[in-house]
Amino acid sequence: MSDEKKLEELRVVIARHRLWDLIFLISGMLALMLAILTFIALFTQMLIDGAPRLSWDFFTSFPSRRPESAGILSAWVGTTLVMLVTAMAAIPLGVAAGVYLEEYAPRNLFTELIEINVTNLAGVPSIIYGLLALGLFVYQLGLGQSILAAGLTLALLILPIVIVATREAIRSIPVAIREGSYALGATKWETVADHLLPYSAPGILTGIIIGLARAIGETAPIITIGALTFIAFLPPSPIKSEFPFISFEWLTAPFTVMPIQMFNWVSRPEEEFQFNAAAAGLVLVVMTLAMNALAIYLRYRMRKKIKW
Amino acid sequence: MYSKNIKSTCEKRGRSTGNLRYSYKRHLREKFIELLLLLAAFFSVVITFSIVFMLIKESITFFQHVSIWEFLTEKQWTPLFDDAHYGILPLVSGTVVSSTIALLVALPLGTTIAIYLSEFASYTVREIAKPFLELLGGIPTIVYGYFALLFVTPLLQVIIPDLPGFSLLSAGLVMGIMIIPYVSSMTEDAMRSVPMHLREGSYAIGATRFQTAIKVVMPAAFSGIAAAYILAISRAVGETMVVAIAAGMQPNLTWNPMEQAATITAYIVQVSLGDLPHGSIGYQTIFAAGLTLLLITLIFNILGHLLRKRYRETY
Repeated sequence: MSDEKKLEELRVVIARHRLWDLIFLISGMLALMLAILTFIALFTQMLIDGAPRLSWDFFTSFPSRRPESAGILSAWVGTTLVMLVTAMAAIPLGVAAGVYLEEYAPRNLFTELIEINVTNLAGVPSIIYGLLALGLFVYQLGLGQSILAAGLTLALLILPIVIVATREAIRSIPVAIREGSYALGATKWETVADHLLPYSAPGILTGIIIGLARAIGETAPIITIGALTFIAFLPPSPIKSEFPFISFEWLTAPFTVMPIQMFNWVSRPEEEFQFNAAAAGLVLVVMTLAMNALAIYLRYRMRKKIKW
Repeated sequence: MYSKNIKSTCEKRGRSTGNLRYSYKRHLREKFIELLLLLAAFFSVVITFSIVFMLIKESITFFQHVSIWEFLTEKQWTPLFDDAHYGILPLVSGTVVSSTIALLVALPLGTTIAIYLSEFASYTVREIAKPFLELLGGIPTIVYGYFALLFVTPLLQVIIPDLPGFSLLSAGLVMGIMIIPYVSSMTEDAMRSVPMHLREGSYAIGATRFQTAIKVVMPAAFSGIAAAYILAISRAVGETMVVAIAAGMQPNLTWNPMEQAATITAYIVQVSLGDLPHGSIGYQTIFAAGLTLLLITLIFNILGHLLRKRYRETY
């Protein structure tokens, strides 16, 4: 076989592999396009169906039997209050647990148990949290089908997200910072509170926002604890005119949230209600997308700004 | 920023900056804070135990009424009818069919996107596509359910005229698209953590990008990719709202994706929507169904853990 021929064969082989490269490049782009096109289709469909229903009245009316006058007032108020409870419960617990695991925990079996456990909790389906909440919060602790029970349920659900975000944010701080602090005679907690937490705040915040965005859209666990789908009143106001001015009655009030309102409308046979569902979905998607976008932006800025 | 905080550390301690005597008060406070933090960390274990306890407690009462044998072999699931049957198989078949369809969509597409982003795409494409995929993963599942019922099902009915209004097929397809971001982002992370010199070695002996990606990077990132797949399976099995809206809520022992059927999660939703008295057999069925679901996801989680341990690559 002459060298010329060998070279020719080699060129054929190279050309074939180049072709495979090209084929894969195109299919990768197509796969990416498919994902993005689906998103565009989803958004457009909702926009076409829902946009005409979006008006000031839609935000300030209670749900109604007549689709054209139904609104999402009780739903967005409910969502806001539930999120308030979720944030109050999940942030301190999650950050504290993250700090412990990253800074304090000795390397032993017990810590490993907690770590495996946090990973596993992140993989538990959300509806299982709903069953836990139904048994524990609603019946055992007697919280009933209340805002408090719903908020705590979602807090448990996003706890692993907050813990993991806190750990990652703290881990990325160089050891030199800690050494500097200890060298000046600071205690462990002083190092954590004055240095590690402030520097990792943007990272932790990113995790919290992503967690809350997830909680806003969660439907299943809230349905399980028995949220009502038709609520035509608001929970009692947290601010009162007489002493002590602040009331916690709203914590035990029945409620509905945005995803449940939407679920209720989607599952109705009348077509007009589905336009309402689309409008509610639009509000929901814009809310979660805005939160996620904020988190992504925060992380992007953080990466650019911090140079240890 | 740090110098300011270092100063504040000193200022707060004030008096003691010049005094290095061992302080019991300070020591106690440190210990107290450490205990608080430990309690917070331990709380996650408490959650797990209460989940398991709650599910088992209610299931035990359930299994006193219904034998485990009947639960596993009976072919009908009609706990709320007068003629009650308690066979979990119809719910399991619905779950398996919808999850399989979802994985058939999510795993190939997600992996392709991951390989493309990690080995082929330019920096700009990657920087734009990754956040976009993350946003896709952030959309509430109820919205995907709406999309499946009112967009995908009518679209599929144009192609398959016999398709009913509720079907496992459209629920599975949409669920698959929903899971793509999870698969692609975890797979890509795993592939990106493969050290550069392995790729360089491959390129140096004349391999193309595609060959490098398939024969060098993917095997090296196997543990991470397996973890991503297992997570995807777990998510598909536990996903609720898409199937509850688009697949119907009729328990139906079928392996045909063109039919409607209830999954385990859809059944729990359906029962929760009604007004079930606490302690009734109907109330207990959702815990028995939930326990089945938890066991299935647990098996996959353990499998993932073992896989990762077995194939962990050390560089």
